[in-house]
Amino acid sequence: MGEQLVETNGLSKTYGAVTAVERVSLSVWRGEVYGFLGPNGAGKTTTLRMLAGLVRPTAGSASVHGDQPGSPRALARTGVLIEAPRFYPYLSGRDNLRVVARYAGVPDRRVEGALETVDLAGRGGDRYARYSLGMKQRLGVAAALLKDPELLILDEPTNGLDPAGMRDMRALLRDLGERGHTVLLSSHLLGEVQQLCDRVGVISGGRLLAESTVDDLLGQAGLLVRAEPPARARECLERLVGAGNVAEADGSFRLRTGPERAGMVSRALADAGVTLTELRPLERTLEEVFLEMTEEGTGR
Amino acid sequence: MIASFQAELLKLRKRPATWVLLGVTLALTLLFGYLLPYSSWVTSDQNFQTQGLDPQAVLAGTLPGELVPTSLGGFPVFAGALALILGALASGSEYGWGTMQTALTQRPTRLAIYGGKLAALAASTLGIVLAVFALNATTAGVIATLESRPLAYPPLAELAQGIGSGWLIMGMWCGLGALLGFAFRGVALPVGLGVVWVLGVENLVSAVAGSLLTSLQPLRNLLPGVNAGSLVWSLAPGGGSSGEAPPGVIDAVTGGRATLSLAIYVAAFVALGAVLVRRRDVT
Repeated sequence: MGEQLVETNGLSKTYGAVTAVERVSLSVWRGEVYGFLGPNGAGKTTTLRMLAGLVRPTAGSASVHGDQPGSPRALARTGVLIEAPRFYPYLSGRDNLRVVARYAGVPDRRVEGALETVDLAGRGGDRYARYSLGMKQRLGVAAALLKDPELLILDEPTNGLDPAGMRDMRALLRDLGERGHTVLLSSHLLGEVQQLCDRVGVISGGRLLAESTVDDLLGQAGLLVRAEPPARARECLERLVGAGNVAEADGSFRLRTGPERAGMVSRALADAGVTLTELRPLERTLEEVFLEMTEEGTGR
Repeated sequence: MIASFQAELLKLRKRPATWVLLGVTLALTLLFGYLLPYSSWVTSDQNFQTQGLDPQAVLAGTLPGELVPTSLGGFPVFAGALALILGALASGSEYGWGTMQTALTQRPTRLAIYGGKLAALAASTLGIVLAVFALNATTAGVIATLESRPLAYPPLAELAQGIGSGWLIMGMWCGLGALLGFAFRGVALPVGLGVVWVLGVENLVSAVAGSLLTSLQPLRNLLPGVNAGSLVWSLAPGGGSSGEAPPGVIDAVTGGRATLSLAIYVAAFVALGAVLVRRRDVT
């Protein structure tokens, strides 16, 4: 799989009696776009803050580019945008990037390129305080790109963007991924993650519930069956795949089994004298998988 | 740290509040150091500042020879309060705007960013002190010319000592402001508390220790403002040739002890701030 750029082992953070992040172990590989999913308050931002060196873990360890998070060597190769972009309201967008460039030790000439990348070159001279939410977000991404980092840690980068801005941001992130940048992206826009990410980690209640490729996560889908009479169909299906893998809803059955078993299901139902009216793979969206996992995770 | 210093300097230079504070410092120095005394001399009217003083002494205070005591007269109190506000603004607003996070996720270490900020504040306070001296030297020169008095400026060594003392006083108050900004992670509370301390508590304790409870004098002599006032007094005992020491300028401790105390305060503020910046989470 290549080189691990981000690795955490049992990473935990508590604030007094509140556990924000509990024993999170995840890995992000070079060149991948990794989606970090979770409901509000799940611990995404706290985890990303620990990876950026802003918050010290209570327990566990993390490495970024093989170095300690927040170390100059790790930060030099990492662009970070966590939560809302944070800039000086009295400075222009361009001057804000100049300040960032000085901190980062990169030449001022990169500022114009970064502004152009996020389509802010024409408004670079305006004061940041006058920027719209979307412009602020784009400036935040520009600041993260200024170092031309190998790794980008972006927390909800499409927040505040209008539909066109979100489309542009998706294109930018896809482009960054294609150019070999590694992106660790947190979002609750699951359609966006499904389109962009190679792998995802799902966090809820501070715990990492799953980490896999998007395909694998969706592949835990099953089959949808409609048949008459339902009682006999249920009996047959439970015998075939196990009672725990059959759920009935809206007059149909959802089987937790691979789509490759569709033929077997069809034959079994026919042999049992059941009339099959519908049989198709159950294509779950990432949103459905996510909600299922997080609601299980929180005990809802 | 050089990269951080350059970033901090750019922020301070472009920040309107920096120029407002400089302007207010210059305006107050000019008003109380030169305009009011000189208007009193010209009109022969007595104002609150010149009441009961010999008019010749009042004029002498506005001439080039008295550049150092006249320039430093306002440093222990009002210029100190303004320097404290500058420090609190520079550190506290990083938390108010959340920009501490932006700085800390670039390349430098926390201590390098902190060091860069303090270096930029030190440069700014030196700039303010130099601006005060330059404006006052010009004003004193104009008054001397108008009054046909000699342009007798103090010797370079005295001038350097005055500028150095002014920088130490301003640096100390600015350092306290920065520390309060880092400690409270905001601007309003540090500015409020700091100004109450500089303008209220210090004067109150000094007054009480000077008259009602003289047993408090050893404690009073430890206060930063009292040491700042004592340092100015040591450069112009009795308020110089004007014969009236400005508010906050007192004869409490020797110049050497005041200098040492102020240096210890600066070191303590810097060290405490470093501990806060290095250890605390940024959320």
